Amino acid sequence: MHRFANPAEFNRLADRILPWSLAIMAGAFAAGLYLALFASPPDYQQGDSVRIMYVHVPAAWMAMFTYMVMAGASFTALVWRHPLADLAGKAAAPIGATFTALALVTGSLWGKPMWGTYWEWDGRMTSVLVLFFLYLGYMAVWQSMDDEAKAGRAASILALVGVANIPIIKFSVDWWNTLHQPASVMRMGGPTIDGTMLWPLLIMALAYKAYFVTVFLWRMKLEINRRKLSVLSQAEVYG
Amino acid sequence: MAEFLDMGGYAVFVWAAYGLCAAALVGLALHSLKAGKQARDRVEALRPRRRKGA
Repeated sequence: MHRFANPAEFNRLADRILPWSLAIMAGAFAAGLYLALFASPPDYQQGDSVRIMYVHVPAAWMAMFTYMVMAGASFTALVWRHPLADLAGKAAAPIGATFTALALVTGSLWGKPMWGTYWEWDGRMTSVLVLFFLYLGYMAVWQSMDDEAKAGRAASILALVGVANIPIIKFSVDWWNTLHQPASVMRMGGPTIDGTMLWPLLIMALAYKAYFVTVFLWRMKLEINRRKLSVLSQAEVYG
Repeated sequence: MAEFLDMGGYAVFVWAAYGLCAAALVGLALHSLKAGKQARDRVEALRPRRRKGA
């Protein structure tokens, strides 16, 4: 890992990955959207509203995945002082916040026709809303301090404390009464969802994942340049 | 086609969900690219000046 502590080395690695992640993203979105909107059947109970699942579930998965990336980066930054690790957390946060907002909004749009309500203060929805605020808080901490090293440390600590929320999200549907359905893909004993709906869902999930990799690498390069700028401008003033 | 757009009567919900996802994901990607280009240009602009001064 420490080889990629060198920003130039990291940028070279990113430039090697980006064409692939872009190609996978384009292909998976094209195939996934075709399957989700045209080829997959309407649900026998939910009708065509089930198609919201194909954009909702991957967003929710990626909301949690991105948080774990951010928390892993924060841990690496705090323990090993890896110089790019706190930037990785900073690069991931807006992507995670976007996924979380989309999970909430698309869930709401699915809830209205199926449950009769846009929102319910139950375990699942409340804990995902908390996740959204954790992302916003993390980004706010970065913005709140001029000293980048201090800001990065404070934000990393917040990210690690917030990890406690992830199992709450995952198991909220088992622990508390809720309108939200329990897991039907990532569960013990295998998925209970039919293949005609599982495949479009998995391909959309791949598209979201490739989107994350692509935008994450773009934002890492952005954050590396921003740090360079702050170092260069300090050198102008004090050098 | 009209039947497809109608989404079995759930048109508003389905298309709003897909539309918002598209708008947010495209928006974030474009913003990341634009900010990235700006930062890169500013780094490039600072470099030669420093070399001259050194």
